[in-house]
Amino acid sequence: MNFKKILPQLLTLVVVILVFGFFSYNAQVNMENRGITFGYGFLSQESSFDVQFSLIEYDGSHSYFRAYLVGLLNTILVSVIGIVFATIIGVVVGIARLSSNYLIERTAAIYVEFFRNIPLLLQIFFWYFAALRALPLPEKAEPIFGVFFLTIKGFFVPAFIWNNLDIFIYSVIAAIIAIVFVRLYAKKKQENQGIQTPVLLISIGLLFILPLLSFLLGGVNASIEIPVIEQLSQTSFTYKGGLKLPPELISLALALSLYTATFIAECVRAGVQGVSKGQKEAAASIGLTPNQVLKLVVMPQALRIIIPPTTNQYLNLTKNSSLAAAIAYPDLVLVFAGTALMQTGRAIEIVSITMLTYLTLSITISIFMNWYNKKIAIKEK
Amino acid sequence: MFKLVKRLTSVVAMFAVLFTFTTETMAAKKSKTLKNTQKKGFVRCGVSQGLPGFSNADAAGNWTGVDVDVCRAVAAAVLGDASKVKFTPLSAKERFTALTSNEIDILSRNTTWTLSRDADIGLTFVGVNFYDGQGFMVRKNSGISSVNDFKAGVSACTNLGTTTELNMRDFFNSKGIKYEPVTFEKADEVVAAYDAGRCDTYTTDKSGLAAQRIKLSNPDDHMVLPETISKEPLGPVVRQGDSVWEDIVRWSLNTMIEAEEYGVTSANADMMKTSDNPAVKRLVGAEGELGAALGLDNEWSLRIIKQVGNYGESYKRNIADTGILPDRGPNELWTKGGILYVPPAR
Repeated sequence: MNFKKILPQLLTLVVVILVFGFFSYNAQVNMENRGITFGYGFLSQESSFDVQFSLIEYDGSHSYFRAYLVGLLNTILVSVIGIVFATIIGVVVGIARLSSNYLIERTAAIYVEFFRNIPLLLQIFFWYFAALRALPLPEKAEPIFGVFFLTIKGFFVPAFIWNNLDIFIYSVIAAIIAIVFVRLYAKKKQENQGIQTPVLLISIGLLFILPLLSFLLGGVNASIEIPVIEQLSQTSFTYKGGLKLPPELISLALALSLYTATFIAECVRAGVQGVSKGQKEAAASIGLTPNQVLKLVVMPQALRIIIPPTTNQYLNLTKNSSLAAAIAYPDLVLVFAGTALMQTGRAIEIVSITMLTYLTLSITISIFMNWYNKKIAIKEK
Repeated sequence: MFKLVKRLTSVVAMFAVLFTFTTETMAAKKSKTLKNTQKKGFVRCGVSQGLPGFSNADAAGNWTGVDVDVCRAVAAAVLGDASKVKFTPLSAKERFTALTSNEIDILSRNTTWTLSRDADIGLTFVGVNFYDGQGFMVRKNSGISSVNDFKAGVSACTNLGTTTELNMRDFFNSKGIKYEPVTFEKADEVVAAYDAGRCDTYTTDKSGLAAQRIKLSNPDDHMVLPETISKEPLGPVVRQGDSVWEDIVRWSLNTMIEAEEYGVTSANADMMKTSDNPAVKRLVGAEGELGAALGLDNEWSLRIIKQVGNYGESYKRNIADTGILPDRGPNELWTKGGILYVPPAR
């Protein structure tokens, strides 16, 4: 009886192992025949190629492993920016689609239908080359607020030059810990005495006052470095100083967030519509204000519907960011599975590392979102 | 009686074993790639995704270029018909994997011959069909007239996964200039980005610059700087481990170059059979048994010259007459001041 139950699973396992064994054996034989060696030793070799945009210090004298980190961080950067903006746009558009105002509702609907029905790669090309054509050359750029310069060579923004940055960071961490305690205290107070505390105001206050104290007493100070125009040749200019966001990053983040936001908008709309009308009416009838109805009754229930499909969208966005290679944004695929693969010729090693990395990224997002989903799920008492 | 039968069978078996041995040693001359190619009826050739003069498809899907002609020459030699080639356009990133994983049998895609590529990743370079070097293209009105005019902060557009990326770093590092490399997967995007003004300079092999310049919106506003910062010998590549196939591709290319040296062209090849010069007669298969040495018939080289032409004809047709690089520079025969010099076919 027991054996019968296990047998099909055992057979499947054997077949899977055989198939994998066959392919890896084949690969081994083929590689041996062609004199290709296998190994990850190349990761510590000098990479000898440069990357245009990096979050950590990097140039060609560093190792291939560091090049991998550069690509990975760039992928994470564009994914995080994309997820944040896609969520903001998605929530706004999703709620706009529920508006009773005809114009707002139609505009949101047209946006959703338009952007989700055009292939993403085309949109990336569109935003990149449209941006390149539309943006001014560095010398013709009008400063925004006097210090920001949006040009074809990138978005140049002022940079902070810090003294005693660590003390400032400690003060922010202290503020966050204090806020957590205030919230816990406020919750207890409400449960025991029924008195509400203005948590939001106190939190904002803490977040300002502690870092401010670090400036006044902790010896922290920051000066601002404003980008200055610099001439490269008779006709070409660039900006020096400050921070530079390459146009590739901007257009990729823009394309990813506008595309993914359409799906998130639909998730939000589905979620809010999924809460029955009776809930709202019941909440209103016990005297909650419209804000409280939304915050305490509708949203907690809507979120339960919104979160799981939105998780999928976050995963899609992260994986879609690999289209970056088409427009020269140095993400993991371009730097590691592109240049590094070409320079070393280690296709199997590099592709396997890249796949594992995306898998890890996706699983991390999944775990976090599942944890959040569990947290907001109905807790039956 | 039984003994006799037993003996007879053992003798037959012995002959059978001997026979298979001899046929096997004879078949060893034939390579696996050659056998497969003859069975399929076409040569599988990896080319670029569109580089005028080297490998470029017209609207009807006909491929032309000096890289394309190498594959056509092999098809003429092996299959008797230069048109029996299946072209696979490949990006710089895909090309070596396509070759080592058996998708194609010849990679003829303006590929630089380097030690690590030749020795480390299962490839064999068979020769050079174009001597090139890396250069820079800039806007004429930029006032940059030499690579020494570049300043820190310069942004350079180029292709991903090429020796260009490495040379560029070596070059700017030696000058102590901080630069911004902008690398695209496909050449068309590099051209578009440079054209839009994203980059101050576009760097790749000089032949590539000359070819891509035509695609810019105003080709006359741009120029290629005179300096060459690297050696880029471009040539066809085959998989490691099939030396017969390697020889066939190598000598197909050499035949084209030697034909030019001896003045044999597609027009006069047939008449050269009665030439007084034994070297010329060998080249057109009227003397010697050179084809057999490669496992081919003796007309193989004649077909190459008749159907594809010699190297000079191919260069003129694809690169000079199209206005890409009218001056042959180093790609002239050694007898005329260039460095094209191939071992003799004998």
